[in-house]
Amino acid sequence: MGKVIITTGNYSAAYAAKAAKVDVVAAYPITPQTSIIEKISEFIEKGEMKAEYIRVESEHSAMAACIGASVAGARTFTATSAHGLALMHEMLHWAAATRAPVVMAVVNRAMGPPWNIWSDHVDSLSQRDTGWMQFYVESNQEIFDTIIQAYRVAEDPEVKMPAMICSDAFILSHTSQPLEILSEEEVEDFLPPYEPPFDITDVDHPVTHGNIVWPEPRGDSPVGYMEFRYLMHQGQLNAKRKIKEIVKEFEKKFGRNHGDLIEKYKVDDADVAIVSMGALAAQAKYVVDLMREEGYRVGAIKLRVFRPFPDDEIREVTKGLKALVVADRNISYGYKGISATEIESALYSLEKRPLVLNFIMGIGGRDVKPEDQRKMIEAAFDIIETGELTKEAEWYGLLR
Amino acid sequence: MTILGLPEEEYIMSGNASCPGCGAALALRHVLKALGKRTVLVIPACCTSVIQGLYPRSGIGVPVLNMAFEATGAAASGVVAALKAKGKDDITVVGWAGDGGTADIGIQALSGAAERKTDFIYICYDNEAYMNTGIQRSGATPYGALTTTTPVLGKKEHKKDMPMIMAAHKIPYVATATSGYPKDLYEKVKRAKELKGEGTKYLHILSPCPPGWRYDSKLTVKISKLAVETGLWILYEIDRGKFKLSGPSKRLLDPSKRKPVEEYLKLQGRFRGLSDEDIREIQRWVDENWKNIEKMMETE
Repeated sequence: MGKVIITTGNYSAAYAAKAAKVDVVAAYPITPQTSIIEKISEFIEKGEMKAEYIRVESEHSAMAACIGASVAGARTFTATSAHGLALMHEMLHWAAATRAPVVMAVVNRAMGPPWNIWSDHVDSLSQRDTGWMQFYVESNQEIFDTIIQAYRVAEDPEVKMPAMICSDAFILSHTSQPLEILSEEEVEDFLPPYEPPFDITDVDHPVTHGNIVWPEPRGDSPVGYMEFRYLMHQGQLNAKRKIKEIVKEFEKKFGRNHGDLIEKYKVDDADVAIVSMGALAAQAKYVVDLMREEGYRVGAIKLRVFRPFPDDEIREVTKGLKALVVADRNISYGYKGISATEIESALYSLEKRPLVLNFIMGIGGRDVKPEDQRKMIEAAFDIIETGELTKEAEWYGLLR
Repeated sequence: MTILGLPEEEYIMSGNASCPGCGAALALRHVLKALGKRTVLVIPACCTSVIQGLYPRSGIGVPVLNMAFEATGAAASGVVAALKAKGKDDITVVGWAGDGGTADIGIQALSGAAERKTDFIYICYDNEAYMNTGIQRSGATPYGALTTTTPVLGKKEHKKDMPMIMAAHKIPYVATATSGYPKDLYEKVKRAKELKGEGTKYLHILSPCPPGWRYDSKLTVKISKLAVETGLWILYEIDRGKFKLSGPSKRLLDPSKRKPVEEYLKLQGRFRGLSDEDIREIQRWVDENWKNIEKMMETE
């Protein structure tokens, strides 16, 4: 059992980077992430953490530096939000295609204009196709634990893909909760030092990383570009299995389990379940408990990992449900909520599948109270009665 | 037997994909002779992305990390930090980028790395346009040059003074060089390597480009030398803040020693559209640059 302190989500991320004994941190300030890198600066300057810290001049450079450090054999960490993440976009692709197991704390924040620093998941969900694994967490403890787990997954030779751990602006980042800190020694037992597959600074065995590959096999290359992309896809698919194994191992060692790809709560006998990402998943469980007391057969599903996408797990957990409420703190303009489209796509192959009600809510940090989640769930029960489902996603709480 | 006293080791291998007469490949050959085996190159999108050859082979005999266009300074910072974290101190990290990747899209990452005193060498090989994408204007393209994005009128602005921008960062070493003077280049790279531990070292190499500058590929060395002899390209180094002219540029402070700029311009198709007035403007610019050099030397 580690030491329990009361601290914010951002400090929880900083403590995790310290516990994971990262070698190199490269980061740039942006609200609401900043206190992560401030805390890490403090650790390093006080000599409590032994890492090289590159105070870069942009997020684009932060990710480029993490890639450079990673291929030179370092365990790397960075953190960002919203516009910083968007600026990194090119380097997110580069990191994943480099197979650099960078781990990054993303504090989800709305994109401007207009300026808005509150929670919204569009920033990270827009990075869906970069090759990064994405975890969405509900508590400060889960931030800490998932960063540790993510290094294990990302650095696994069968995965070798970077990971972002996404937490809601202010709701977690600046809110204090109890946090059990694992010591460096406890963590090292679970997460041994990084063994890179190659080292760009090994001048006795020089390698060239990233030079031109043609569409088809050409010259001495037995493969073309497409095969490299397939290997990335394979890495992501392998991560589904690895995440489950590593979460189990973590639970055995430290006694905590926040779910693997998903977390299900009282779903087994339910007619309706609500799917959430991030902090609202915690509140959803509270709402489920209240409604259960009144006799509603309702459960909650936390979509903990968005990439690799838990399609089998979604099909399995929704078996027997009559309706599924998918609450999205994001919008894909011109269509609907981003997680709803993914979930519907996973359900399509089933002959018998639940009705899916998609709510767009909490955009730009708009408060979502337990009674709001309750209303969404009630709407699902109404629809079971009437059987009438409007296809369009509903903007919950929109002022017209 | 060695030529010019340069090491016999070659790190640019036969089979590399450079164009005939490539000034950049010639420069890189001598740069790597000076750097030796214990070197890691970080190379952004540029001609050398192609010159190095196709996966799974490499035409370059040291490790290469290919990087996105604007990220050389940052990625090199990461490699340097990892070496430090691992306690390795006998490797030289070198950014090797074109003029577009340096003066335009990569200037932010480079400036940041230099300001942070990142212990690496950054080398800009300057062929004065986006040559790998087919000769588009860059901030380093000279006045009057025709490019595919200044196809009719030619560039209306003079070249960005990248070495002086880097000198303003107060880094320990800034030097200019050109492919046609390999010994001068070699010595400058050696000096930059010697200053390990002192921060960022910057070299700017004018690298003539036969297809981009539109001249016969056998003229690369001649054109490179003419750039210096006309005073258009000034060879100097700023070593721990101390400015000094080097190579043939040492004797060119006197304007009468400098060849007229026409001798350089007339050999290149990219300058075929210049009017007499344009040529006068280029000569004026050259003379003004030298006046600034003179002032700098007086204040030393």
